[in-house]
Amino acid sequence: MPMIAKVLRYVLLDVIRNRWVVGYALFFLLVTDALVRFGGSGGHALLGLLNVVVLLIPLVTLVFGTIYWHGAREFNELLLTQPIGRTTLFHGLFAGLVFPLSLAFALGVSLPLLLHRVLDGQTLPLLAMTLVTGVALTGVFGALAVLIGGVVTDRLKGLGIALGVWLFLTVVYDGFVLWVAVAYQDAPIEKLLLALTFANPVDLARVLLIVHFDISAIMGYTGAIVQKMLGGAVGVLAAATALVAWTIVPGLVALRVFRRRDF
Amino acid sequence: MIEARGIWKSYGALGVLKGLDVDVPRACITAIIGPNASGKTTFNKILLGLVRPDDGVIRIDGAVVNGSSAYRKGIGYMPQAARFPENLCADDVFRMISDLRGPAGPRDEDLIEAFSLGRVLRTPIRVLSGGMRQRVSAVLAFLFRPTLLLLDEPTAGLDPISSSTLKDKILRARDAGATVIVTSHVLSEVEELADQVIFLLDGVARFTGTPEAFKARTRQATLERAVASLMRDPEGRVVTEEAPCP
Repeated sequence: MPMIAKVLRYVLLDVIRNRWVVGYALFFLLVTDALVRFGGSGGHALLGLLNVVVLLIPLVTLVFGTIYWHGAREFNELLLTQPIGRTTLFHGLFAGLVFPLSLAFALGVSLPLLLHRVLDGQTLPLLAMTLVTGVALTGVFGALAVLIGGVVTDRLKGLGIALGVWLFLTVVYDGFVLWVAVAYQDAPIEKLLLALTFANPVDLARVLLIVHFDISAIMGYTGAIVQKMLGGAVGVLAAATALVAWTIVPGLVALRVFRRRDF
Repeated sequence: MIEARGIWKSYGALGVLKGLDVDVPRACITAIIGPNASGKTTFNKILLGLVRPDDGVIRIDGAVVNGSSAYRKGIGYMPQAARFPENLCADDVFRMISDLRGPAGPRDEDLIEAFSLGRVLRTPIRVLSGGMRQRVSAVLAFLFRPTLLLLDEPTAGLDPISSSTLKDKILRARDAGATVIVTSHVLSEVEELADQVIFLLDGVARFTGTPEAFKARTRQATLERAVASLMRDPEGRVVTEEAPCP
């Protein structure tokens, strides 16, 4: 077994015992179940989940990830005295963060839909899209959490910054985009708004979901713009690529910090 | 065995090592002594790759320490205060590290018996006392029969019996050919163990040689007085003497 897989296995043994992850899965389970019961159809339930996915996944992943990264100190100090490279350990730890959270989310959302037998030809692609977007968001915010956890050595300060990043990307940013749109409404700013959307992973995730649910009107100004511009497959592909980049870039910076720091 | 040249390291504005040169001969016990914050632990961590020096070169068995990890296979490390994943018990930790290291020869479990750790190994580490953790940490350092042992204040926090058990083990490991680096503030212990003494002060090795040479050089009867006299030496000379290993 390659070293990363071995490291991951031991990290997972530790994380799976964590009540946070179990609670996270239960939360999605209960919310999805309630949405199916009250909404009646799988499509409506997934639509109701949209905001939960776009807002809650970044929040939980950032907060849990920052705490997790500080908690891994003992693990690091032990394993780095052994013949294990820092890059290997980093990848093992990162996978140990993103994998359980993604799994908890995916199970929490899929199980109620399966149990209530509401999955049909129409709902299945929506479920797939929701899962892919949720997992991508977990990756993006996992990478950001690891970056914050690596750069900010003080645990509380790290948590504060994580919350600040979340607030900025989910709330403040959309307000800013709206302000730009209103202030320059006479100018041709479609390209600018598109760029602003790509500069925020939360907005990007919205794009991916909105385009499939066709409900741009309720998702704020950014949503309306991108629906017009990114309705096609090319747009979705571009957004997906950007989400991957949003994972890789902060992840690589975090890896660089991890390789250079003193333990 | 170990050759360190011109090692510099500072943490922010705090300079710890300032051009440290150290030679550690094979199959010897080298004691690194010096006042608090003289850079003993930092040097150990640099040898392990836990801390990156700002400048300088270290060769272990001729190979430059440059961030790869394979050379750590031959190192057993006992940190000043060992930290383990709290939910695991010592047996889990040993098993995990054995597994990560991959197949190797038989493990050296002498100390488990000598410390009578039997049941303790299956207790979660978070409930163990400081001395017990220290023992677990000692077992781990020797477990994979390392050729280089880095022991950072190994007997701190151990009761007299475990402390002498550990010292016996260190001597046996040396006799079996292991190179040992010990840092300690207990100078009687250094006199008992060390073949070579390196005295760190202000980030450089101010004295390298046998304990006897150290005492002779400073014309003092005990190591403690020798250290005190060297620390008061205003000229800050650097003395290096050949230390013949037994």
